[in-house]
Amino acid sequence: MSRIERTFKSLKRPALITFITAGDPDYETSLAALKILPGAGADIVELGMPFTDPAADGPVIQRAGQRALAAGGCMKQTLSMVREFRKDNGETPLVLMGYANPVLAYGPERFCQDAAESGVDGLIIVDLPPEEADLLAAYAKAAGLDIIRLVTPVTDEARLEKILEGASGFLYYVSITGVTGTAQADPAALKAHIERIRARTDLPVVVGFGIRTPQDVAAMGEIADGVVVGSAIVENFETMKDRESVLAAIRDQIAALA
Amino acid sequence: MKPNSFRSGPDERGHFGPYGGRYVAETLMPLILSVEEAWETAKNDSSFWAQFDELARDYIGRPSPLYFAKETTKHLGGAKVYFKRDELNHTGAHKINHCLGQILLALRMGKTRIIAETGAGQHGVATATVCALFKIPCTIFMGATDIERQKPNVFRMKLLGAEVRAVTSGAGTLKDAMNEALRDWVANVRDTYYLIGTVAGPHPYPAMVRDFQSVIGKELREQMTAREGRLPDTLVACIGGGSNAMGLFHPFLDDPGVNLIGVEAGGHGVDTDQHAASLSGGKPGILHGMQSYFLQDEDGQIQEAHSISAGLDYPGIGPEHAWLFDQKRVEYVSVTDDEALEAFQLCTRLEGIIPALEPSHAFAHVMKHAPTLSADHILVMNLCGRGDKDIFTVAEKLGVTL
Repeated sequence: MSRIERTFKSLKRPALITFITAGDPDYETSLAALKILPGAGADIVELGMPFTDPAADGPVIQRAGQRALAAGGCMKQTLSMVREFRKDNGETPLVLMGYANPVLAYGPERFCQDAAESGVDGLIIVDLPPEEADLLAAYAKAAGLDIIRLVTPVTDEARLEKILEGASGFLYYVSITGVTGTAQADPAALKAHIERIRARTDLPVVVGFGIRTPQDVAAMGEIADGVVVGSAIVENFETMKDRESVLAAIRDQIAALA
Repeated sequence: MKPNSFRSGPDERGHFGPYGGRYVAETLMPLILSVEEAWETAKNDSSFWAQFDELARDYIGRPSPLYFAKETTKHLGGAKVYFKRDELNHTGAHKINHCLGQILLALRMGKTRIIAETGAGQHGVATATVCALFKIPCTIFMGATDIERQKPNVFRMKLLGAEVRAVTSGAGTLKDAMNEALRDWVANVRDTYYLIGTVAGPHPYPAMVRDFQSVIGKELREQMTAREGRLPDTLVACIGGGSNAMGLFHPFLDDPGVNLIGVEAGGHGVDTDQHAASLSGGKPGILHGMQSYFLQDEDGQIQEAHSISAGLDYPGIGPEHAWLFDQKRVEYVSVTDDEALEAFQLCTRLEGIIPALEPSHAFAHVMKHAPTLSADHILVMNLCGRGDKDIFTVAEKLGVTL
C-alpha cells in the first residue's frame, strides 16, 4: 500500500494538506519548514517545484517561486530537499507540484526515477492535462509515482471520465475557476460537484485553491476527504523576519488548521 | 523521414511532430476544446469565410499590394526584390488578419469579453480595433516595459476603448503579458475568449492563426503569378512568435523551388545572453500551452528574451516553426539590433517606406542575402508592419531628442 493510500485509509477525519514552495525563501529555511509540517498537523505535504512562468498561480505563489529561484532553487535542490525530509520521516506522503518544463528539461524518465528514489509519492503537473499525459505517464507508473489529476468546476461528465482514466492517489478538486490564492468557493456549490465525482470513483477527493482559515478547512472538510492550504502558509515567508519566528508562525497556523 | 506534405499538420491532437499540443491547466481544457470545435465548424462554413473575405477587403484593405522595390533592388545589386505590403493594412500590420478571423469566431461562440496579450502593441491595437467594431469589451495585457517603449500604441488602444493592463511580473514584456492573460482566462472561462496574437499557444491556436494569416501567402501566389508568370524563388519574413512568416510561408511549403527564410531577432548577438532567437539559441520546452523551442537554462527555467523590437521580444516561437526547423524546410537566421536599426534607416531612405522594427530584421537579412543572388532571382520580403510606432525607440538609439 502506498503512503498516500495508507494515509487516507487510516485517517478518521479529512486530511490536511499543506503547500510550500521548495527553496522559498532559501534552502535551509524551506527544509526546516518542510520538516515541521507533519508534527504541526499536516497529513500530506505538497512541495512546489519553482518555475519562472507559473501561469496557474496567483501572486503569492508566483513570488514564492521567484524567491526560491533567486536563492538558487532548481530541480536537483528540490529532490535533495525531499531526501533530507525522508531521513527522519518515512510516513508522511509527499507530492511534488509544478509545471512541465522543468520536468522536461530534467528528462521525464530520469525525473520520475529520481523523484521516487528521493521519497516522492505523487506528482501534480499543472499544465499536463490528460491529452498530454504521455510525456510522463509510463515513467511515473514504472517508478511507482501517483499521477494526481485536477478536476474543476467546468469539468463535465465526459471530461471527468477522461481525467479518471489515468488518475491515481487522489483527485484534486480545484474549487474555483481561477489561479491559486485568489477567490473562495461556495461550499454549497462545491458539495454538488464533489458528490458527482464520488459517484464515479473511489479515489479520495481533496479540495484546494482559496482555502485559508480554520473555518474554511472545517467547512470544506465536511464535504471532501482532504483540504489543501497553500498561499495562506506561503504568505508567512513574504514578511519573514528570521527563520525561528517564521517556523513558529507556521507551526501555530497549521496547528489551528488541523 | 521526409513527410509527404509539409502542409498537413497538425495531427488531430494538435501536434506538429513533437511540438504543439495542449499544455494548459485543466480549468482551461474544456474551453480549449470548445474553441477547437468552433474553429473546425467555422473553417468548413462558407458563410464564415464570406464574412471574413468581405471585411478583409473593405475594412482591412486586402489584398495588400505586391510592390517591386526597384530602389532596393538597384542598391543591393542582386536579386529582384519585392515587398508584400502588409504594413498598408488597416492598423498598420498583419496582426489585423487573425484578429478579424478570431473575433468572428468569438462571436459565433457567444463570448462577450475579449482578452489579448501584446508586445509591440500591434496585436493589441488590432484586437482593440475589431472589438470596437463589434462592440465587445476587451482587456489587453501588456508588459510594463513594453508600455514604456510603445506609448503611441498604448494610447491608440485606449482611444479604441480597450482597457490596457500593465504587467509587472518578470521583465514586463510579451512572455509575462501572456502569463497574465492566461491567468485572467482561467478566472473567466465562461464568458471570455482569449484572442492570441501569434501562431503560438495551445492547439488549435497555432493552426488557426496560421490559417487566417495564410491570406498573405495565398495573395502573393496569385500576384506573383500574374506579375512574373511564376512563383518567387525566396521568401523572407521576420519571426517573433512567427505569425507573419507562417502566413507567408504556409501556401509555399510544398513548392520545393521556393526557399523560405525566417529571421529571428539576434539582439546583441546570439552568442550573448541578450537575444530573442529561440531556434538558434534555445531548445525544446513547454510554455504557454505548447511544446516548442524556448530560451531556457539547464533547469528548464525560461530566460528573458531581448530585442530592440518589442514585437520580437519573446523567448519562444510557434510550434510549426519548430517543426519546420527540425525538418529543415525553412532556413532560420538571425540579425542583431544594430543591423535592424541600419536596415530601418536604409529602407526608409531608399523606398520612402518606414518599416516597423520587426520587418526591419527581415530587411537586414535581405541586405545581406540579395547581393549574393542573380538578377533573375525573385525575392519577396514580407513588410509586415509600418514603423510609426517605433520612431521614439529609433530616435533614442540614434541619440535624437524629439
